[in-house]
Amino acid sequence: MVRYFKTVYHIIEKDLLLELKSKEVINSMLIFALLVVVVFSFIFEPGAEYKNDLAAGILWMSIIFSGILGLNKSMMNEINGGNLNALLLAPVDKSAIFFGKGLSNFLFMLIMEVIIIPIFVVFYDVPIMNNLLFSIITLLLGTYGFAILGTLFSIISVKSKTREVMLPILLLPIIIPVVLSAIQAMNIFLKGDDISESFKWLQLLLVFDIVFTLVIYVIFDFVIEE
Amino acid sequence: MNRIMKSVDTLAIVGIIIALYFAFIYAPTEAVMGAVQRIFYFHVSSAWIAFFAFFVTFICSIVVLINNNLFYDDIAESSAEIGVIFCTVVLITGPIWAKPAWGKWWTWDPRLTTTLILWFIYIGYIMLRKFVEEEDKKAKFAAALGIIGFIDVPIVFLSIRWWRTIHPNVLQQGGGGLHPDMLTALIVCVVAFTLLYISMLMKRVNIGVLQRKINLIKR
Amino acid sequence: MGYLGVKVNSSLITVDQLKKKYGENEALKGVSFSLAEGDFLSIFGPNGAGKSTLLKLLSAQTRPSGGKIYYGETEIKDLTDDFRTKFGVISHLPFLYDSLSAYDNLKFYAKLYGVENIDFRIKEILDIVELTHRKNDLVRNFSRGMLQRLSIGRALIHNPDIIFLDEPYTGLDQHASNILTRILKELFAHRKTILMVTHNLAKGYELSSKLAIIRRGEMVFFKDKDDVNDYEFEDIYISLVS
Repeated sequence: MVRYFKTVYHIIEKDLLLELKSKEVINSMLIFALLVVVVFSFIFEPGAEYKNDLAAGILWMSIIFSGILGLNKSMMNEINGGNLNALLLAPVDKSAIFFGKGLSNFLFMLIMEVIIIPIFVVFYDVPIMNNLLFSIITLLLGTYGFAILGTLFSIISVKSKTREVMLPILLLPIIIPVVLSAIQAMNIFLKGDDISESFKWLQLLLVFDIVFTLVIYVIFDFVIEE
Repeated sequence: MNRIMKSVDTLAIVGIIIALYFAFIYAPTEAVMGAVQRIFYFHVSSAWIAFFAFFVTFICSIVVLINNNLFYDDIAESSAEIGVIFCTVVLITGPIWAKPAWGKWWTWDPRLTTTLILWFIYIGYIMLRKFVEEEDKKAKFAAALGIIGFIDVPIVFLSIRWWRTIHPNVLQQGGGGLHPDMLTALIVCVVAFTLLYISMLMKRVNIGVLQRKINLIKR
Repeated sequence: MGYLGVKVNSSLITVDQLKKKYGENEALKGVSFSLAEGDFLSIFGPNGAGKSTLLKLLSAQTRPSGGKIYYGETEIKDLTDDFRTKFGVISHLPFLYDSLSAYDNLKFYAKLYGVENIDFRIKEILDIVELTHRKNDLVRNFSRGMLQRLSIGRALIHNPDIIFLDEPYTGLDQHASNILTRILKELFAHRKTILMVTHNLAKGYELSSKLAIIRRGEMVFFKDKDDVNDYEFEDIYISLVS
């Protein structure tokens, strides 16, 4: 049991070190997220009232698109040296390897979000401090769901001929409940509406995360073996 | 096996002819929407098959992961290909029905929207199979998608339903909102389409099995 | 319990009618042999014969489609995850992270395998593969020879008892090749069990205690080296493989 968590920890540690040295994943995610934030702002008239209704949606769009970029890049590190195979050879639980990768992708996305959101607040003049804690919870739950399914699908799609395109095609339809719930919840928090309306969305996010964590935990060994 | 397939084929053809009769002649014309409402029988029956076919893919995916028997992979693949056809029928008949009935082509109604998402998951499944090169990985990866996709569908439905709702909830009214003759016609159509699905599935699985044999000989 | 923690009869590895199918492709069609502890087996054969597949099966990277593999008296599928600590695998992919240094790469694998006294052990390994002077350099700047040497270090860092090598000499410069030969001889002297797939008949013959030839998924030759001369062996190989 302890071995399991240690394995997960070592992989996260290794990925953070790798990223510290190369900075490839986070940099590309950041630039792209920033671009999305800026380009989308041309949808509005500056100062228009209705932009508050759309702010959460645009934020999540930029998280998702740059997240896909980041997932692809992160998986390239494992494939290049055949490293994924080396990990599978190790005397560790295979699903531990998965959750190590999944959690480090999760962390990278969080780091990107921590940087992007202040910039987002600046461009869209969004009252992020309304219910800040709830917004943070939404971000955590939503990003987690995206990260673990994204990691699974990036492992699956990296072995296909059209790998960069395969990941979003597989991931986006599946991730719709996460996107929908996160945007609906954050809209409520940002606009200062009645918080109790948001609980069902947060619950859905939580259930989604738990269900798919369990499903992947159960099937991963079967899926990855040759 | 051939005899069984022939019987199923015959049943399917007969079934469809009967279903056409029931949908166009036996069932009464709906009071408000008129004749266009008859598309409902094919729309709902196709939807039933679209989801049922994915369920079959789901079960076969689980079996493939456990016992590596590629025959079940053939069934999973075949069911997905047939399912996407019926799914497409739903997505086309939906707007055709919606425009005269409710004035808009697409209403983001939860059931139809979920079917749209299902369609994308199907397409992803089929594309994945086409683009993964390693044979042994193809079945397992597709199986993962088949399992996750199927579990995801009810969650998608729930989230979209919370998001909006318009579709007339036919079955939930216990068929009570439906004239008994209409209900009969609907059931006939569903049965006919199921026969059609089984007939197509058997043929497609057969092709899949033959294809494997050919690949073996080629080598 | 034998020294390796499994019940050992005279054979460490027993392979019985081993089969492997990839889709419809029969990579191995029923291979049988056994190895004792301390054996050094070189496996030869044309491309696509199934040699790499055999290594993958024995190192538990993939499951058999038929037949059985025994480590001692335990079937390979009944072994725990822990048993993989005894395996060291060197393939033509380096299994190294480009953007990390040699030191960091070794440290990661050492942690993953639960190695004790990590810093000391890393120094030891770097010495053995003669890369101490490059320990802080990023792997992406390494030549093929250096990559292979580091990869060998990675495979040995947890002191495995059974070592699998898949065409390790391919693309190596003379210096790296000499280092590899030296290491293999030392491992053999320390009674490690070694299985090496190679195209290099002379090298394979020189280093091994047992020789095998695989052709189209079947084992067509398996003998102790003592039973066959080096030039004899070359003739046998050519006749079997053409």
